[in-house]
Amino acid sequence: MSDSGFVLRRSLLYVPGNMPSMLQNVPVFDCDAVFIDLEDAVPLNEKDAARNLVSRFIATYTERNKEVFVRINALDTEWGLDDLKKVLPSLPDGIRLPKADTPEIVERLDTLLTEMEEALEVEIGTFKIIPSIESALGVINSIKIARCSSRVIALAFGAEDYTASMEIERTKSGEELFHSRARVLWAAKAAGIQVIDTIFADVGDMESFRTEVALVKNLGFTGKSLVNPRQIDVVHEVFAPQANEIVYAQQVIEAIIQARKMGTGVIALNGKMVDAPVVKRAARVIKTAVSQGLLEYELDDEVIYGAK
Amino acid sequence: MEIRNKAQAGTMQSSDMMVFVEAADELIIEIDSTVFKQFEHLIRQRIEQQLKVLDVSRGRIRVSDRGALDYAIDARIETAVRRSQEG
Repeated sequence: MSDSGFVLRRSLLYVPGNMPSMLQNVPVFDCDAVFIDLEDAVPLNEKDAARNLVSRFIATYTERNKEVFVRINALDTEWGLDDLKKVLPSLPDGIRLPKADTPEIVERLDTLLTEMEEALEVEIGTFKIIPSIESALGVINSIKIARCSSRVIALAFGAEDYTASMEIERTKSGEELFHSRARVLWAAKAAGIQVIDTIFADVGDMESFRTEVALVKNLGFTGKSLVNPRQIDVVHEVFAPQANEIVYAQQVIEAIIQARKMGTGVIALNGKMVDAPVVKRAARVIKTAVSQGLLEYELDDEVIYGAK
Repeated sequence: MEIRNKAQAGTMQSSDMMVFVEAADELIIEIDSTVFKQFEHLIRQRIEQQLKVLDVSRGRIRVSDRGALDYAIDARIETAVRRSQEG
């Protein structure tokens, strides 16, 4: 799992599962990943139709240019298991699991995925899991959920259901979400996995959307779930390292190389102290810039951590 | 599979199709499409192919097409036929 940190997952777009016109656009959307939705976007009397359509669509989408996750119905519903059986043979990258309130729920999915991988004769671990943390119970258990399976590559916070479980309103400024967001962040960071923020439903209000994206980026989220393709560009703009950040990060690396030549691990750069944590943050900026094609730079662990 | 009851699947949105099936003594396929002139023969071919896969040899299949691609045609036909099995 150690490399999962540098698969870019900034923009993860929901696509309704029963709409061919949206499914067919998956290859042209500019997002990093899609969540094809069999859950809330599909009416109860269309569950059978949607899973059939989705599995056939994914099977035709062989030249993948982004990751494909399927949001199945929760495993304690009458549809969840059938969703898995129908969709996995088309080889999506993974499953977004709603109502992942406890590690046991995620472990149950893990077991089912292993069984399906054996039946399909694909490598064990092929199918990833992104648990949705979307209730008070889920938030409390997120620390265990983040580490309960090596398939779990990210936690996804879901504020709509979370605020419902809290019996509160969701506001645009989101003060009511601070503690839950922080806890989900700690859980993911401590486990060394990615962490995806909730959707922003008001597609018309791009200003508040941008403010929220900046907020969650600063908090430590690595990506955001999206409800409309129009939101993709804003996420990429906000998540892209700024030119001055990239320049500074390179200066930090140069400075620490000089410092180590002098036998020290700390040095001043423009009057500010540079030591190991600063170097780590700079390395992350550089790796992000490289992965987004903004910079060409060879950076090995010896530069970041120093030679032994 | 045998088409037993009246059933339908799909929507009238663009890139989709609506499929209606009911029991009949022979195989009847009726197509209405926004792209009828150019693609009627291909749509028919695809439907026949999918019915063969499902082992359906008779029934009345009425299709109202809004430009569905092959995967969507297959999915909607299969869903309609499966739904026709239910009581």
